[in-house]
Amino acid sequence: MPECCGARMVKVNLWSSLTRFTDGERAVEIEAGTVAEILDGLTAAYPGLGPILDSGVSVVIDGEIATGRHTPVTPESEVFLMQRLKGG
Amino acid sequence: MAKDEIREFRLVGTRPDRPDGLDKVTGRARYGADISAPGMLWGAVVRSPHAHARIVRIDSSKAEALAGVKAVVTRADFPTGLTGEDWNLQENTMAGEKALYDGHAVAAVAATSALRAQEAARLIEVEYEVLPHVIDVDDAIRPDAPVIREGAADATVPEGMPPNVVRYIDFGRGDIEAGFAEADLVMERSYKTEATHQGYIEPHACLGQLGEDGKGEMWVCTQGQWFIRRMCTAVLGLETSQLRVTPSEIGGGFGGKTTIFMEPLSLALSRKAGGRPVKIVMSRSEVLRATGPTASASMDVKIGMKKDGTLTAARAEFRMQGGAFPGAPVDMALYCAFAPYKLPAVQHIGYDVLANRPKCAAYRAPGSPMGAFAVESLLDEMCRELDLDPLEMRLKNAVNTGDTSSYGPKFGTIGLIETLEATRAHPNLSAPLGPNQGRGIATGYWFNHNGETSVSMALSEDGTVQVSIGTPDIGGSRASIALMTAETLGIPYEDVRVNVVETGALGVNEPTHGSRATFACGKAAVEAARQAIGEMCRRAASEWGIDPEAVEWMNGAAQPAGPNAGEFPPMTIAEIAGKMGSTGGPISGHHESVPDGVGASFGCHVVDVEVDPETGRTTILRYLVVQDAGRAIHPSYVEGQYQGGAVQGIGWALNEAYIYGEDGRLQNSVFLDYRVPVASDLPMIDTEIVEVPNPGHPFGVRGVGETGITPPLPAIANAIHQATGARLRQLPMSPPRVLAAIGEARQG
Repeated sequence: MPECCGARMVKVNLWSSLTRFTDGERAVEIEAGTVAEILDGLTAAYPGLGPILDSGVSVVIDGEIATGRHTPVTPESEVFLMQRLKGG
Repeated sequence: MAKDEIREFRLVGTRPDRPDGLDKVTGRARYGADISAPGMLWGAVVRSPHAHARIVRIDSSKAEALAGVKAVVTRADFPTGLTGEDWNLQENTMAGEKALYDGHAVAAVAATSALRAQEAARLIEVEYEVLPHVIDVDDAIRPDAPVIREGAADATVPEGMPPNVVRYIDFGRGDIEAGFAEADLVMERSYKTEATHQGYIEPHACLGQLGEDGKGEMWVCTQGQWFIRRMCTAVLGLETSQLRVTPSEIGGGFGGKTTIFMEPLSLALSRKAGGRPVKIVMSRSEVLRATGPTASASMDVKIGMKKDGTLTAARAEFRMQGGAFPGAPVDMALYCAFAPYKLPAVQHIGYDVLANRPKCAAYRAPGSPMGAFAVESLLDEMCRELDLDPLEMRLKNAVNTGDTSSYGPKFGTIGLIETLEATRAHPNLSAPLGPNQGRGIATGYWFNHNGETSVSMALSEDGTVQVSIGTPDIGGSRASIALMTAETLGIPYEDVRVNVVETGALGVNEPTHGSRATFACGKAAVEAARQAIGEMCRRAASEWGIDPEAVEWMNGAAQPAGPNAGEFPPMTIAEIAGKMGSTGGPISGHHESVPDGVGASFGCHVVDVEVDPETGRTTILRYLVVQDAGRAIHPSYVEGQYQGGAVQGIGWALNEAYIYGEDGRLQNSVFLDYRVPVASDLPMIDTEIVEVPNPGHPFGVRGVGETGITPPLPAIANAIHQATGARLRQLPMSPPRVLAAIGEARQG
């Protein structure tokens, strides 16, 4: 985390069946400025989520699927973790 | 879009001839099976006749003794140690310890002719120990069902679930019980849909060549050459860059050609045959038995509604089987199921279940049609109970820009309300109906997708332009990308040639899937053209001896940006191109990204049917597709996508189904028995393009390929109900099933 940015807690909304890995919490707060920091922070805080995150998820920020780990987030961002979206 | 934001386009929105049209109508276009090579061998595949069986022994000695046979491969010829989806792909390509479905490949052979290869395949002896099998999703989820694979469940599945459940999803928000308590009417119903195949006209075909040095080439009909490259090399343990994959023209894919089936077999056979190229062309029967249909579904839906039509709560529980491997699109089905509606409380539960069927592949808006069948059917039933107009009820509850979606995130700019209003205004809604006729309405949704995208544009010496894209042209993307490139450069459409290139020519591209090609490649092509424009302006500035910032690009030429820049006549793209060799070298543009700004697409379909009360046969009288395209770059292709989606949905609704015998074998593996709609079954499909531009694309494109298959299933069920009084909750709504439902409805 760059010093300039300070602590930035981002609320991450999970799908319900993941709550057994997060002590029942459907939304958790992670200190993050990017999607990468969200995913890494989730794994560090809740190791049970690791295999699910590793197998591929979509991170939706303010209604749009993040295009990569570099995608920025802010404390005001609406963040949802969804199963990986794909199409035909 | 506000009126003052409307842009006038020179080319976007016109309907020029398709660049691939002449080749296709004259037979010159080269499809997968049209490719041959010197020294080529033919491959044939030995497939399991059992739904579930342990492979005890494979004896290929008789086949190998046959003159002309050059190689036989089994799973023993593949590397071990793969995990996750790579293992699934390898196991599906060639069975290991067990055959998991009727048609599962167990061995393959290469010989000097197709007939000799087929003869050799028949001589390969396979001893099986037949195991109990399970086909239906509701049977497969039972705790005592035959176990297809121990340990296949992923981390989402809680302890104690039935053994064939491999993925579990549960999400929602709000107080669901309070929502139902608030409703004036709560209804709960169960629905089933069958597995259907994409039904592309061109069977899978490939020509693979692989040397002992691990270098190889492949020519293949596919939606995504980079996916083929990555999957084949993973399955065979090769370095990814050592395989060069060239896509052929493609006779339809609809998601089914985004993965591998027999392609690694041709490479494995080639390697074993000393590097001679091996061609494999599937029969229709192999396509239906052993490629990837969509999932079958069993669904429970409960909805609460007030007397005025306001929705108060909704719950969906979906079970889907996607064959003997994880991957049924139950998550997508749930995300899309209630997406058109504002809901204060909603709950979704989904189970991905294994069964002894082929590994499902993507099929046009994977999962969304099944969910729509359940939800849109129940909404229609509730509207009739409360005497509400089904279109007005949908308008009352429709989501708008900025609303929270049923699956959580807020919507960006969307056009559902505009779509419903355009539907209401269409004359089909007031066409008179006769006896035994009925009208059905349903909505549908698809997210659309972006994906890894790499595009290059190169200027030729005469000022014409080549664009290299990595997405095979299925629905007209070459024309659309040529239009957007020509619009950006200010040159004629005919001056742009768009080439679909092989894996060595660009960075990684995802396939033509997810309704992404016109959105993602179009956006990248515009950026590549802008980059080239910047360079052309610099060349002109250098010639004129002025600052590059003092040059602007207009109407296909560089010109001084204003009177202070100096007085120079416009320098056309042809003039710049003609001397580029002496002004700094080739001029090109390139762009690669995972583009942001994806725009979702909603649709609404209205169908009029007539049902013969004596036979149960349903005839489609009129069919209307209304859908938000964002912006129609080439409206004819957009209409084609709308019509194609509707027709596939009509087939899914009325006739198509994988039919299995008690022995677990597919009984309808040819098109005579697997009945897709043909032209004589259909009226002209009417279309209405709604344009609520997507702000995330330079021309407003959303992507239109998939939404159109979502509403037909419930729209037709709703129409049949109005025509007959019979409510069908299981697909297909074939004549015997409709006749039985009419009988039940008459008995009350």
